[in-house]
Amino acid sequence: MSVGIVMLVHTALNRAEQAARHWASGGCPVVIHVDKSVDRKVYDAFTKSLADVPNIEFSTRFRCEWGTWGIVAASQAASELMLSAYPFVRHVYLASGSCLPLRPVEELVQYLEARPRTDFIESATTADVPWTVGGLDEERFTLRFPFSWKRNRFLFDRYVAIQRGLKLKRRMPNGLVPHMGSQWWCLTRQTLSAILQDPDRLEYDKYFKQVWIPDESYFQTLARQYSTNIESRSLTLSKFDFQGKPHIFYDDHLQLLRRSDCFVARKIWPHADRLYEAFLTDLAGAMKRTEPNPGKIDRIFAKAVERRTRGRPGLYMQSRFPNEDWENGVTAAPYSVFHGFTELFENFEPWLAKATGARVHGHLFASDRVHYADGRSTIHGALSDSAKARDYNPSGFLTNLIWNTRGERQCFQFGPADTQDINWRMAKDHNAQISVISGAWSVPLFKSNMNFMDIRKTAAKLQKIETEQLDVLRSPFSKARVRIWSMAEFIEGPMEPLQGILDEIGPTQTRRLAEVPKMVDLSGFGQFLQNLKNQGMHPYLMGDFPVDRGPEGATKPPRKPYLVQ
Amino acid sequence: MGAWQSYRLRLQRKRWRIRAVRKRRELLRVADRTSRIKPDDLLLFSTLRNERVRLPYFLNYYREMGINHFLIVDNDSDDGSAEYLAEQPDVSVWNASASYKRSRFGVDWLNWLQLKYAHGHWALVVDPDEFLVYPFCDTRPLRALTDWLDASSIKSFSAMLLDMYPKGRLDEQPYSEGQDPIEIASWFDSGNYTMSRNKKFGNLWIQGGPRSRVFFPDAPEKAPALNKIPLVKWDRRYAYVSSTHMLLPRGLNQVYDEWGGEKASGVLLHAKFLDTFTAKAAEELARKQHYAASVEYKAYADSMKDDPELWCKWSEKYINWRQLEILGLMSKGNWA
Repeated sequence: MSVGIVMLVHTALNRAEQAARHWASGGCPVVIHVDKSVDRKVYDAFTKSLADVPNIEFSTRFRCEWGTWGIVAASQAASELMLSAYPFVRHVYLASGSCLPLRPVEELVQYLEARPRTDFIESATTADVPWTVGGLDEERFTLRFPFSWKRNRFLFDRYVAIQRGLKLKRRMPNGLVPHMGSQWWCLTRQTLSAILQDPDRLEYDKYFKQVWIPDESYFQTLARQYSTNIESRSLTLSKFDFQGKPHIFYDDHLQLLRRSDCFVARKIWPHADRLYEAFLTDLAGAMKRTEPNPGKIDRIFAKAVERRTRGRPGLYMQSRFPNEDWENGVTAAPYSVFHGFTELFENFEPWLAKATGARVHGHLFASDRVHYADGRSTIHGALSDSAKARDYNPSGFLTNLIWNTRGERQCFQFGPADTQDINWRMAKDHNAQISVISGAWSVPLFKSNMNFMDIRKTAAKLQKIETEQLDVLRSPFSKARVRIWSMAEFIEGPMEPLQGILDEIGPTQTRRLAEVPKMVDLSGFGQFLQNLKNQGMHPYLMGDFPVDRGPEGATKPPRKPYLVQ
Repeated sequence: MGAWQSYRLRLQRKRWRIRAVRKRRELLRVADRTSRIKPDDLLLFSTLRNERVRLPYFLNYYREMGINHFLIVDNDSDDGSAEYLAEQPDVSVWNASASYKRSRFGVDWLNWLQLKYAHGHWALVVDPDEFLVYPFCDTRPLRALTDWLDASSIKSFSAMLLDMYPKGRLDEQPYSEGQDPIEIASWFDSGNYTMSRNKKFGNLWIQGGPRSRVFFPDAPEKAPALNKIPLVKWDRRYAYVSSTHMLLPRGLNQVYDEWGGEKASGVLLHAKFLDTFTAKAAEELARKQHYAASVEYKAYADSMKDDPELWCKWSEKYINWRQLEILGLMSKGNWA
């Protein structure tokens, strides 16, 4: 009893020849189908080159274009030839010219001999498996596809659209249930001959000729009719990318392929000399068995698909530049933005750095320059502190900063005096944690030594900017974690909000808050606000501050700025 | 994009092609070995001037990568570059003594050579100080990449220009012939690049890096473009518009994914900043043959007076392509 190899070949004929010789020398008869689009002369030379090998046959040639019936017709013809020419063959293994045996032929023979009734064919119902490459899964079976996808993409798409529009549908003959799976199978003589000699075969063939990519469904569907024992997996290792094209194996995959539990790998780059050398040797020892670890292969290729379809969140580069809202994460990591905290507390930045271990920057978007932590002039990624460079592309500046410092939590101060171009970007970023003490911008004005008319003007401007900013943060499109307190509300009980912020930044601090930052002295602040009001500039963002009650209020000792509990 | 704009771009493409055909008269054959080009050979195109000392390493780097034939325009070198190139068995050389500027910085000349020789080939267009790095370049030859691109129906491959610089003064370590310039200029900026879309041509416009950081801190918009599409499965209907930054038809500029995924891309290591740079900058400034009235060279000359250091504390030292991919400067895409 033996295994017969049906080999579909269309390019890299020298490699196909090598593989065919290898199979034949292992005692497996080989039937080769060469694509009809291969030049006659090349074909003749190919058959001639294999003339010295017994047990190799060539079957009738069909034109094999991807996604069309030709490949099925070729498999049928070659299988028929195999079954009739080699009556001792029990299993037929469908392979391609770019397949490479990963394990000694005898091992495959033994393996199949031990499972004489098992058909290895990946076969899943379309309803249950989301293999929707090209957006067609069930419709592969219900629509007709007379136009080539490769050569006549326009007509192909139009015709699909028309059929969808007219709700045209075909029914499967004899109530077949459509199944799909890898086109590389290994079937028993019983199953294969039952499919090929089915009295209804003409009807099935006629139906499948108009199915899209029938090589992934013809045998997969019909095997379900006859097989007594289907093992729904392919013995051929074959990985597909997001467009349904097979991944190609190169020399550097050698160690990976050694760890595969499959017998055959596809598809091999024809110039991968090391792979062919390593695996196409007669010595069984050369293909030394290592502990199979197919999971590793799966992971590598699954990752490649994910990188191509989802990419690395927060990365903007030459080959990844997502449209707005398609970023799959505006930035690479969570970060915290503080409005009004440095204004209200004297030592907020060092305190926060100490309490959280995060990198705490000053006003990154200040108008004079970028205030990095510790007064640095450049930081990770050689990002400079030039305000002009930053404002040239503020959003790029922010995403670069967060990308460059992956692994380290970033915090920075923000306020109405800073560049505002970044507001929407941050508001729509779910990595942003924005804490706002509204109206706190008035504290530096209150403490300043400016003329009151200038203070009034600045206050009016800042209040307007902050109002717009709060509108953005409160908009329904905002995805950031936003917390807004009015200043009055915040100084009422600063402990709880601060604890909340620290908890959110991370579990670096397990203890309860032991030390709070020192709040600036606000006595007289109520009167300051009243003066602004008297000038016709009504500050409303900071909440209600009572006016100090004349001289007797002022004689009281200043309120303790914070409470340690 | 409307039909009208599409039509205008088509006209523009034709104009560049006609211009290239006209400019062919400026090219004098020095050594023509193009009859040796086989149907699927990988071709490299380049324009250069006085780069003799760099040539041996440059040619070998790309020979080892798998380039089969070099087609080079020599813009009137007087340091023996042309003679050296003419001796090489896999190089064809043309001499051009006309204005570099009026050939649109060599683009017209190369467009012509590509139109004539590159049809149906994968063509790589690089300067002698640019070294292509692509995913798996340490284990797979360039042909593996182009075969994969062919199989994936991808026609153009992006490789951003990454400015490399030495630590310390530029003239501290002299470059000697045959040496890997990245041994000297082995540092780069890893994360200060910003980009925007060019609506008209559909390409990305990338700026940043050490040149922007040191020479244009107050005018970032003037910093040179770093986006490049140097590797294209050429068709005689194609044309480069401006250096290798962008091409027509504009579909070739779509080397980036817009829906969150990453396409495969590489990097051109730009070893411009060697000890040869200062002399070169002075010469180029005198010739006034460079882009935007040589604004770049003016800025260099101004800064070079104080002999600045491009290196900073956060510069990254080059190791290999995997490092660049982790830093997010290039991507494997779905090539695994």
